[in-house]
Amino acid sequence: MLERIRSNKNGQRALGLVFGIVFGIFLQKAGVTRYDVIIGQLLLMDFTVVKVMMSAVIVGMLGVHFMHSRGLVRLHVRGGSFGSTVVGGLIFGAGFALLGYCPGTVAGAVGQGSVDALVGGVTGLVFGSWLFAVLYPRLTPFLSRGEFSNETLQELLHIGTWQAVVPTAVVLIALLAALEWLGF
Amino acid sequence: MEWLSLEQWSPYVCGAGIGILSWLSFLLSDKPLGTSTSYVRTAGMLERLFRGDRVLKREFFQKVTPSIDWQWMLVLGIVIGAFISSVASGQAHIAWVSEPWLTAFGAAVGPRLAVAFIGGALLGLGSRWANGCTSGHGISGTMQLAVSSWVASICFFAGGIAVATFLYAVLAG
Repeated sequence: MLERIRSNKNGQRALGLVFGIVFGIFLQKAGVTRYDVIIGQLLLMDFTVVKVMMSAVIVGMLGVHFMHSRGLVRLHVRGGSFGSTVVGGLIFGAGFALLGYCPGTVAGAVGQGSVDALVGGVTGLVFGSWLFAVLYPRLTPFLSRGEFSNETLQELLHIGTWQAVVPTAVVLIALLAALEWLGF
Repeated sequence: MEWLSLEQWSPYVCGAGIGILSWLSFLLSDKPLGTSTSYVRTAGMLERLFRGDRVLKREFFQKVTPSIDWQWMLVLGIVIGAFISSVASGQAHIAWVSEPWLTAFGAAVGPRLAVAFIGGALLGLGSRWANGCTSGHGISGTMQLAVSSWVASICFFAGGIAVATFLYAVLAG
């Protein structure tokens, strides 16, 4: 049943659209499609972005690992390396601050009428992605430099899945509580 | 539908909602929520308009086909969802320059669009370089406890905080 839904290409496109509409509503209602909210986060004055991301991670993590333990879902963990993850992450961060949106929230910003997100942001994103595709053959040796030896936190720490999931949830909840307590 | 016309929902409610959405996306689509690959697919589709099928010979486009898939539709859905949400709350409006840029650097459209384009280009380059963005790594990857995603997310924010601070505390300050 699940495999039939997952392998229906047009059905998946329709489902993607529905998921996107719901995602867009949550992003817009949370305020993270706004330039001032993202910049406020990066200047450490407004913690809305962190609150949204951490609550999504807590709820998502518990459900996804529960479904995985029941054999209902597959995990999709990506490997990483110093050359790819750290260097790419820092380039991304610079772009995050200059644009004031990220690749998901920029789409939401377009929907609410922010022209800088469409004319500057989306065109820039398409151009930068294209540049990577062009440079890719020359970048591959660098991208694999310093590969991480472990894919997940539980492998890294040699512990069971729930021994990693539960403490992570507790730490994230404590961080959110601390932010509220500090008045953010 | 009164809830849809509210200007803002609690960030915790929105975050939890996105968390539940990710359950459904793993369960029904066998995919983590993510957005940035759609921009490189778009780039490939546009290049194909000009250069034809030669584009498909690029090593990267053999790995990631330039076509409209589940995630591309998801990004389109985000535009529509945010449109619905902002129209319902009366917040939708055409804005070229927003605060705090306005106060710091003025209302001129050119500089803002130029910086937004450079920022967008770095986001596109960086998300492919790191193999994910604030959704794919920041939310979907960290919830799977992927080492690469936690490292990526820390770097996204480290880079972002450094450049935003330079922009607003040094240049504009």
